[in-house]
Amino acid sequence: MKKKLIREVSLEEAKALKIRKKVAKEVSVAIADAVAQCKVDVISAYPITPQTHIVEYLSELVNNGELESEYIPVESEHAAMSACIGASAAGARTFTATSSQGLLFMYEVLFIASALRLPIVMVIANRSISAPISIWNDHSDVMTMRDSGWIQFFAENGQEAVDLIYHSYRIAEKSLFPVAINIDGFILTHVIEPVEFLDQELVDKYVPHLKMNYKLDPKKPVTMGAIGVPEIYTEAKKAQDEAFNSSYKIIINAWKEFEKLTGKRYQPVEIYKMEDAEVALVIMGSLTETAMNAVDLLRDEGKKVGLLRLRLWRPFPLRDFIKAIGKVKAIGVVDRAVSHGATGGPVGIEVRSALYQSNKRPKIVNFIAGLSGRDVTVEDFIELFERTYHAIKTKPTFSYKIYGVKE
Amino acid sequence: MPKEEGLISWKKLAPGMAILKPGNSVEFKTGDWRAFRPILDKEKCIKCGLCYVFCPDLCYEKDEEGYYISNLYYCKGCGICAQNCPRGAITMVLEEEI
Ligand code: SF4
Ligand code: SF4
Repeated sequence: MKKKLIREVSLEEAKALKIRKKVAKEVSVAIADAVAQCKVDVISAYPITPQTHIVEYLSELVNNGELESEYIPVESEHAAMSACIGASAAGARTFTATSSQGLLFMYEVLFIASALRLPIVMVIANRSISAPISIWNDHSDVMTMRDSGWIQFFAENGQEAVDLIYHSYRIAEKSLFPVAINIDGFILTHVIEPVEFLDQELVDKYVPHLKMNYKLDPKKPVTMGAIGVPEIYTEAKKAQDEAFNSSYKIIINAWKEFEKLTGKRYQPVEIYKMEDAEVALVIMGSLTETAMNAVDLLRDEGKKVGLLRLRLWRPFPLRDFIKAIGKVKAIGVVDRAVSHGATGGPVGIEVRSALYQSNKRPKIVNFIAGLSGRDVTVEDFIELFERTYHAIKTKPTFSYKIYGVKE
Repeated sequence: MPKEEGLISWKKLAPGMAILKPGNSVEFKTGDWRAFRPILDKEKCIKCGLCYVFCPDLCYEKDEEGYYISNLYYCKGCGICAQNCPRGAITMVLEEEI
């Protein structure tokens, strides 16, 4: 593996670079700490592996009096989301977290949260869906809520998960849409990472107290969730869709503001060694860091490979994506969920559809890898790059392939 | 029936289609959903008020003589009143036949 250069940084330089103290924390605990820093009013959650530590630790903070929030220990995930909807409609800042079957159990109300424009923030510790029952990581849970009207991010590591908590409250409350932050179950939730937190002062500045223009308030009554007869439903959906698409700008602005405060740059699509790349993989979540190692090794051999990571999944950053692919000749999309009977994995379908809206016509191959915690190693990524290379000169014979299956 | 058209521009809707004016559901005309109309036979009615109690839309109002009369602006024609009338005083009649 390629050695990283380590450079000593003086204290003055560190200050200038705005480098802050890092603390070693389990990512779940770090997420809970960031949520507490955002001074949420209501936390409503039901435990499910591998998400449990997040809400467990939050309940501890509330119990110890370190966090002044209402903690509602509900009887199910459906109730968890419903309680968040109620609290949010009344003007409270809310938080919940879930995973896999838990997310599916709250499915019905997810759409209500977004259509009622409630700025709920939820962390999803991504885990595969039963059957067969599995607690390990892939993206099949969140892909079911792809069309739910939630803003959806994928974090690559613990630091990003923490930063995305700050971003999400700001973005949710400015756009009036709920936000889901996806973190890979176990791979992120259960590892200890050095994490740097924003100073409380900065958090207060970046995520100011929630003010809802319309909320359930007996002094100023409004109706939320009224019937949408055929004469109004289409207009309601159009309004929601327009607002959802324009949340993109709010997301970008929130990241610009974050950069001003911290020097850290966040973008919808992260690129790695894409400048002159001929072949690229598209990926989401924590596997990216493994894929980067594969890129480094292949680059050492003179292969022009690069990586595109989607941090923002919904709204899909169409323009950024088309710009980011540069002049690649072939793209390998690495999906982590199966869309049975479709023309590809969820990301593969999206990428093909996105490119049809541009003049760029790279070859596209779609792999489904890393289901239910199956390791995708550096060697695997090298293999995926090679197969993508192969696609440049050949006609792809498949619309997608489940990678690494024992025949 | 005419094809439905939009009632209001999507640009004019409050976020989440919240309704900002309280108590305006009285304006909501549910009467044009009706296929059957409840017709009261005053000869049979004993003014017990069960129709008033059972109507899911609270359509019934008492007139000066004490009869319960369905407000057709709201009546959806569900027939619950007719089902529950102990005297069979309400008949559901197809709108076209009236
Ligand atoms: S339920 Fe029948 S009898 Fe009683 S008031 Fe209504 S119509 Fe008259
Ligand atoms: S038909 Fe239904 S809606 Fe109409 S008056 Fe009777 S109970 Fe009410």
